[in-house]
Amino acid sequence: MTKPFLETLELDADYGDCRALFGVEVGLAEGETVAVIGANGAGKSTLLRSIAGLVRNAPEMVRLDGRPIGALSAEQVTRLGISTVPQGRRLFPSLSVEENLLIGGRHGRSKGQWSLGTVYGLFPMLRERRKAPATALTIGQQQMAAIGRALMSNPRILLCDEIGLGLPPELIRDIYAILPRIREAGASVVLAEQDIGRALRVADRVYCLTAGRVTLLGRPEHMRRHDIHDAYFGVRA
Amino acid sequence: MAWRMSTRTPASVAAGLMAVVLVGGAVVLPAYASFELLGELSILLTMLVLAQFWNLLAHHAGLVSLGQQAFVGIGAYGLFAAVIAYRLDPLPAILVGGASALVLAIPVAVLALRLGSVQFAIGTWVFAEAVRLGVTQWNAAGGGADLSLPLEAREGMLGADWVGATFDVEAAAARDILVYWSALALAVLTVGFVYRLLRTSGGLGMTAARVDLVTAQSVGVRPARMRWMVFLAAAFGTGVAGALIFLQGARVAPDTAFDMVQWTICVIFIVVIGGLGTIEGPILGVLAFYFLQRALVGYGDWLLAVLSVLAIAFMLFAPRGLWGIVHAATGLQLFPTRRRLVRNRGEVPPKKAAGN
Amino acid sequence: MIWVETVMQGVTLGGLYALFAAGLYLVLGVMRLANLAHGAFIVLAAYVILLLASLLEIGPLLAALIAAPALFAAGWLLQRLLLNRLLGEDILPPLLVTLGLSIVIQTGLEKGLSAQSRRISPGPLETATVEVGPAVVSLLPLLSLGSAVLVVLVLQWVALRTATGRALRAISDDPATASMVGISPPRLLAGVTGVSLVVATIAALHAGTLAEFQPASGTAYLIIAFEAVLIGGLGSPWGALAGGIVLGVAQTAGAALDPEWEVLAGHVAFLAVLLVRPRGLFPRASG
Repeated sequence: MTKPFLETLELDADYGDCRALFGVEVGLAEGETVAVIGANGAGKSTLLRSIAGLVRNAPEMVRLDGRPIGALSAEQVTRLGISTVPQGRRLFPSLSVEENLLIGGRHGRSKGQWSLGTVYGLFPMLRERRKAPATALTIGQQQMAAIGRALMSNPRILLCDEIGLGLPPELIRDIYAILPRIREAGASVVLAEQDIGRALRVADRVYCLTAGRVTLLGRPEHMRRHDIHDAYFGVRA
Repeated sequence: MAWRMSTRTPASVAAGLMAVVLVGGAVVLPAYASFELLGELSILLTMLVLAQFWNLLAHHAGLVSLGQQAFVGIGAYGLFAAVIAYRLDPLPAILVGGASALVLAIPVAVLALRLGSVQFAIGTWVFAEAVRLGVTQWNAAGGGADLSLPLEAREGMLGADWVGATFDVEAAAARDILVYWSALALAVLTVGFVYRLLRTSGGLGMTAARVDLVTAQSVGVRPARMRWMVFLAAAFGTGVAGALIFLQGARVAPDTAFDMVQWTICVIFIVVIGGLGTIEGPILGVLAFYFLQRALVGYGDWLLAVLSVLAIAFMLFAPRGLWGIVHAATGLQLFPTRRRLVRNRGEVPPKKAAGN
Repeated sequence: MIWVETVMQGVTLGGLYALFAAGLYLVLGVMRLANLAHGAFIVLAAYVILLLASLLEIGPLLAALIAAPALFAAGWLLQRLLLNRLLGEDILPPLLVTLGLSIVIQTGLEKGLSAQSRRISPGPLETATVEVGPAVVSLLPLLSLGSAVLVVLVLQWVALRTATGRALRAISDDPATASMVGISPPRLLAGVTGVSLVVATIAALHAGTLAEFQPASGTAYLIIAFEAVLIGGLGSPWGALAGGIVLGVAQTAGAALDPEWEVLAGHVAFLAVLLVRPRGLFPRASG
């Protein structure tokens, strides 16, 4: 790992009344794609929500460029260039497809590759349906719109919370196929994934979360399948 | 089994004993207290009933009603109608007041229980206004809604002779004592009912459903039925309280019987100041209301504004009210509804289970 | 043709009610804030207009123009300092606090300015009439209907055509996700409550010139505002206008049968609409 760009330090976080993360430390280098894998309830979403500012923490627990951001609100974090594709897409139902995209771009960084035109270039389907209400899209189109909305702010870091969840396999393949384009445009990516195979294929490095703790980390090419399985399912050596 | 489920806490046992002593003392109080005090206590006890039911509705069932005055008013009119038109004795007629409120509550429930929370609050308010206007119009048309209880009904109340002889008082005072006892009984029954209800699985489930409906439903909670039950029970209790309040005054008019400020807004502030979501809260709230009222003698029209300011302050800085402050400072719980695991006495603690 | 006149009267009265409702619609629609102080705000604004007009010896319209920025500031501060801390899933905390606030305002006005009825003098407009088809209608109520249509048009335009409107719809749909795309709800919501009080000032100008008011009038304004908003539904500002007109027509029709039934008829219409359409005539697409 080169110089840490985004990192969490001894991050403890709660989900409702329960502690969901215990001293989690993850790092992301500039230009890197990191996958966080783990079973349901392992704490992947809470980790992403902590970084995004939806779960507030002590300032030092999350750092961006060495600057403590753990206590900032979600809108402040977004304005610093960290954008989220939330689990379940969470498009705004009263807004049209294009309005959903525009709202993503309003508070982001103005310089960068992504604009309405380039996002439509990435997802031509959305251009055709741009006047439709977000609720009228198919699930796959909704996922594209959610990614487009996050890209519109020209993020330095894109947090993707289970973007394949609930989608048919061929659509998941299509969605994952655009990741290289996003990286070329200069964003570093954090992916939360339940699917180990998919995570290993796209990520530069992988963290495995089990019951709120990092149980395994490394580069995919150095990781052995059964170690991952043991870590994933919480089997202690 | 070395463990059993219990809701009991040491404080709740002590509180139970103290409650028995307090209620016992309250029963024999008329022998010692002045009639003014008895009158004030009757009012406070009925306010406590209104507060308990509003709290049960708003906090536990998620039904924020702004129209409880409809049930107070209709309860009062139910009693007066039963006494004047059907020559019923005023004491049993109190129950007619409750029954009238119960009957009125059925159409309200049909309409309002399927509404969203804002619509429910406003819907109950509008319903109460409509009932008030209906009764007022009936009065204006010569229907006679400004009523007084006939003297012979008041003085010849069931048991009045006995009370008069026992305490050696006049008929009017005997009636006050009977009203006081009824208010006491109603308050004790109400607290008992609410406490029992909140400890049943249905009651716990209803509170849970307010926090997370989907999860509660997935473990078999059926909040809709409980909400119906609670709404009707609250209407009945509120109606009985209304009947008692106006039996004490012996006169009733639409504007006082259906007074939103007195029977709903004041009650809401009492609950907020005492502490939402507990049984202890409304009790403390009513006490606070009593002392405020005494402190503001001569400045009566400021009372409501002072209550409002206090309620706002509590909502902002201590949303669990006076009882929340007491509970945080002492850990006291007089009416515990949470179940805790308690180790049975005299048994060896079980060995720590092996980790999985 | 008596019923034509009754309906016309009802529709213009509905315009006034729509003005009561429009400000409430804003806060209820955007942040689910059941503002029980909205009626008291309208009365407060009416007194501010009355005092400015008599102290500065100016017309009511100019007084309202001066009052509007002050009330905007009051709403802005109220939201920033008080209400933003109370918003959430539970409607109870803001509801209780605004209930308390309404009583504080009412008591303050009664103690400071007496409980006596007052009226803002509309000047020469008072007796002006216009002929609309077969009916002769007084100008003042017609003006309130015109204001209501204008207010609704502006609200609709802001909601659908501006970036701020987009952000507000997003907050209303899903506040957490809105903050995730960089929208800052506290600041925007303060503006919403500010505008809600400006609309309350417009309502006060019309209500205060059309009829007498007193500190206790807030309750009557409030119940009408809520009835109109909930009849209309939270899906569109046009709902507030539709709700106001339903109420207005119901009241004048009731009064035509028997003057005593005026207010009762409005309540019955509200309950009837809720029975048939629990979420109003123009319900929101979501939630």
